[in-house]
Amino acid sequence: MSMVIERETAAVTKVVLELEVANHAGVMSHICGLFARRAFNVEGILCMPLADASRSRIWLLVFEDERLEQMIKQVEKLEDVISVVRHGAEHAVFERLETFFR
Amino acid sequence: MMQMTGAELILRLLERQGIETVCGIPGGAILPFYDALGQCDTIHHVLARHEQGGGFMAQGMARVSGKPEVCLASSGPGATNLVTAIADAKLDSIPMVAITGQVPLGMIGTDAFQEVDTYGMTIPLTKHNFLVRDANDLLEVIPEAFRIAMSGRPGPVLVDVPKDVQCQMVSFEDYPPVAVPNALPEVDLLAIEKAAEMINASERPVLYLGGGVIHSGASHLAVTLAEQGGLPTTMTLMALGTMPIDHPLSIGMLGMHGARYTNYVLEEADLLICVGARFDDRAIGKAAEFCPRAKIIHVDIDPAELHKIKTAHVGITGDVTQVIEALLPLVQVKLREPWLAQVADLKQRFPLAKPDLDNPRSHYGLVQAVADALDDEAVIATDVGQHQMWVAQAYPFRRPRQWLTSGGLGTMGFGLPTAIGAALAAPERTVVCFTGDGSLKMNIQEMATLAEEALNVKIVLMNNNSLGLVYQQQSMFYGKRPVASKYKRAVNFLKIAEGFGLDAVDLDTAENPAATLAEALQRPGPCLIHCSIDREEFVYPMVPPGAANTEMIG
Repeated sequence: MSMVIERETAAVTKVVLELEVANHAGVMSHICGLFARRAFNVEGILCMPLADASRSRIWLLVFEDERLEQMIKQVEKLEDVISVVRHGAEHAVFERLETFFR
Repeated sequence: MMQMTGAELILRLLERQGIETVCGIPGGAILPFYDALGQCDTIHHVLARHEQGGGFMAQGMARVSGKPEVCLASSGPGATNLVTAIADAKLDSIPMVAITGQVPLGMIGTDAFQEVDTYGMTIPLTKHNFLVRDANDLLEVIPEAFRIAMSGRPGPVLVDVPKDVQCQMVSFEDYPPVAVPNALPEVDLLAIEKAAEMINASERPVLYLGGGVIHSGASHLAVTLAEQGGLPTTMTLMALGTMPIDHPLSIGMLGMHGARYTNYVLEEADLLICVGARFDDRAIGKAAEFCPRAKIIHVDIDPAELHKIKTAHVGITGDVTQVIEALLPLVQVKLREPWLAQVADLKQRFPLAKPDLDNPRSHYGLVQAVADALDDEAVIATDVGQHQMWVAQAYPFRRPRQWLTSGGLGTMGFGLPTAIGAALAAPERTVVCFTGDGSLKMNIQEMATLAEEALNVKIVLMNNNSLGLVYQQQSMFYGKRPVASKYKRAVNFLKIAEGFGLDAVDLDTAENPAATLAEALQRPGPCLIHCSIDREEFVYPMVPPGAANTEMIG
């Protein structure tokens, strides 16, 4: 928790990305590799299949950065990515998970 | 109901996609596919001598035909050897489908013989890739691979097929439809109007054409746009040939080895119309100082290219053909006499210096002598290095797909196999491969393939017994301390060529080198044309890496 507070005081804006993707092996590699090879840090990742098992939803927690727009465009280009929605830091998905990381 | 093995299914799907030639090398994990290929008389297989060579042959075919072409490799070292050709296709947006064998499904992840994670390894190098786990999936995966390779911004797609999947029997009712490219993005008419207004209102516009113009088949439209709007036109390395070099509006290639006047014209521009180009660092130099006075219109089919390096005032996601077609009715006919006079003045004061042009044994003279002996129907491929830049600067390119070069990745070894691929796709054309002694040695084994296929490829070797561009940079920027750039022993390339079964001529000893060269170029079949050049001749002008384009040396 102290890490989170430090970053908040440093006024680093968090962004939550919601991705809908095709559900098959390798999709996570495509997405994580895209961030990793641009040295763009991903703070949190969450992935579960949707009710329609052919698709999954991926949640990414990243920090606002001047390269973020370009990152999102590159993610959208991936063949297995169906949509990308950008949320603000107020999104509850990672906050509600915090109990599991205490 | 049809029934066949996965290997046979791949083959039938390639046939349906119109594939007539494939290039590659067999090996354990892809033998079921090769066995099916051996019983097929519609697809010609070209046996490369190294998988990278096979990859570049497919690229050569694709660069000439504009369609996705196919290369093959086995698992492990076959796939790792192919990787450079795939990366090269990615950076130059060349449509290609690579099919690799993989160890059987049950052995994946066991460090099996010749196992490598081909899928993982090629994620960052391909437009998309597949690991096929069930032969039934091939019905979807193979057409998808072609659709992805040729849709939007083209690129390489890899399909990794385990050996047992190739052997698995598949039953199905009908073949899937033949893959076609995705529908083109809808053109944003408001942005088009804004762009046309900016072009009409500008006083010193420059049209900046990239390889996307060639991919879209829009060269003639780009020339029409330039003529209608009175737009001086520069081309990237990838776009050479889109506008004939002797067109009055052409200001040649921009960038690190562009002519001085070209970079000076860009410095003066008040509007830059970038079409199908991506502001590569070798083209624009220091991004912050490129076209400092210009507003920017950027047209690209890949939305991720807009605002990536330079923020555009108007960004248009679209196919170049459709965008120019929409622009043309809105762009006013302009003569732009003051601006074109200023451009002409810069061109006259700061032209490209081509010393010794009349001497076919000098670097520019050799390029000129080859051009003099051929017409515009010839295909000109290069390797990477000084010779590549001299050809880019001095060869009179006049049509799209006349010029094949490794632009983005800058791969030495590209030239010979790509020239072979070009000759496979266009056997009626003479194909010239300009190369250097450093580059040629990187895929020299493909001379065997060339001799076997007896293709009309002429290798023009500029031999300075060194890694010339490295030697040049060390001489210019590293205190004249050459390190590992000069070869200590010379290679007898004439004997090597003869050993591979090629005809070979030496301009060094020819009494009349221009005549010897012309004769060799006219004689059908493969030939090595050797010419020694001076190691102390450098490519000028040169923008130091990281500097602004106006800071040219030489």
